[in-house]
Amino acid sequence: MSNPATPEGANAPTKATPALKDWPLWEVFVRSKQGLEHKHCGSLHAADAEHALQMARDIYTRRQEGVSIWVVPSSAIVASRPSDKGEFFEPAADKIYRHPTFYEIPDEVGHM
Amino acid sequence: MNAVAIDNALVDYLLHLGDNALVLGQRNSQWCGVGPVLEEDLALTNQTLDLIGQARLLYQEAARLQGGDATEDTLAYFRDAPDFRNYVLLELPASLPRVGYAQGDMDWGVTLARNFLYSALMVPLWEALQASAHAPLAAIAAKSLKEARYHLRHASEWVVRLGDGTDVSHARMQAAFDHLMPYTQEFWTDSDLEQAAVEAGVGVHPTQVRDVWRATVEATLQEATLRVPSDVGYVPQGKQGLHSEHLSYLLGEMQCVARAHPGAVW
Repeated sequence: MSNPATPEGANAPTKATPALKDWPLWEVFVRSKQGLEHKHCGSLHAADAEHALQMARDIYTRRQEGVSIWVVPSSAIVASRPSDKGEFFEPAADKIYRHPTFYEIPDEVGHM
Repeated sequence: MNAVAIDNALVDYLLHLGDNALVLGQRNSQWCGVGPVLEEDLALTNQTLDLIGQARLLYQEAARLQGGDATEDTLAYFRDAPDFRNYVLLELPASLPRVGYAQGDMDWGVTLARNFLYSALMVPLWEALQASAHAPLAAIAAKSLKEARYHLRHASEWVVRLGDGTDVSHARMQAAFDHLMPYTQEFWTDSDLEQAAVEAGVGVHPTQVRDVWRATVEATLQEATLRVPSDVGYVPQGKQGLHSEHLSYLLGEMQCVARAHPGAVW
C-alpha cells in the first residue's frame, strides 16, 4: 500500500503499450436481444480471438448490453473506399422511385 | 447445536467469506487506472466490483444476524486487522515479497496468479455452498459462482498466455507462482470457524474441494508450461486473525475516509 497521491507502480504499466503495437485489431458485434441482429459496437486490440471475446465482454457488455458477441479480425473486413463514394452511392440519389413512397397503403394494413 | 450457536457460527463464516472478497477486491482495485492496457484495466475493475458486491451481500447477512448497530459499513470499515478472517494470500501486495511500507511497481503476473489460485478454489466452493442449509448464503453462492467462473476463466487465459509466452513473461509468471503457492496451504488448514460452520450445515470446508482445485491448478500450469511449485513452509493463519503486516496498510487506506467522517452520507 502506498501514499494515495502516488499509487504504487503508477508509472510502471504505462511505460509501454504493447497492445497497440503487437496485438491485432478486432471488430466487436453485440446482439442485444435474442432475435435481433448483431450490431457493430466498436473495436479493440487483443492477442487472439479468445482474448478478444473476453475483452469484448468486459468492455461492451458490462451494462447488460448483450446476449451474444462476435469478434472479427479488422483485417478480414473489406471496406469501400471513401474515394469511391461518387460512383458507389450517388447514382442512387435521383432514383426516388426505388423508395416505396408512391403507394397508397390500405387502412387495414395499419402501421408499417 | 442450538440456534444461537448456529447463528454465531454463521456470522463468523460469513465474515470469513466476506473478508476474502473485500480484501482481494481492495487489492485488485489498485490497478484501476494503471492497468497494463485499457481493456484489462476494465476487466480487472469489473472483477473488483464483483468481489466488493459479494462482500456487501455477505456482510449484510452477517450484520442482520448479528443485530444491534452492525451494518455492512461497520463490518468493513470499523474492524481492525486482527478481526479480519481473510486468507493471507489475498492481502499480499501485487508484487514479489516486500515489506509493508515499501513502494514499487505492481506486478501483473502476481495479480493474475493470485486471482487464478483463489478463483480456482472459489468456483467449486461456491458450487458446494449452493447447498448450504442457510438459504441466503446458498443464494449468494449461486450469484457469486457465475462471477467466480468468469474470474477463473480470465486469470487462466492470462496464466497460459504469459506462462507460454516469452522468456521474460514465463520467468515472471513462474516467480509469481513460486511466491504465492505456499500461501495456499492455508486453504486446507482447520479452523474453529469453518469447523463450526460445517457442523451447523451452513458451510463447506475447502478440503472437500481440494482435489478439484489441485486438478485445475495442475492442468492450467501444465498448459502454461509452468512448474507447479511446492507448497511447503510457513502456514499462514489469516482466517484465525493472524495476518501479515500488509493487511493493516491495506485497511488503513480503505478505512481512513469512513473513520475520519463516521456516519457521513453522500
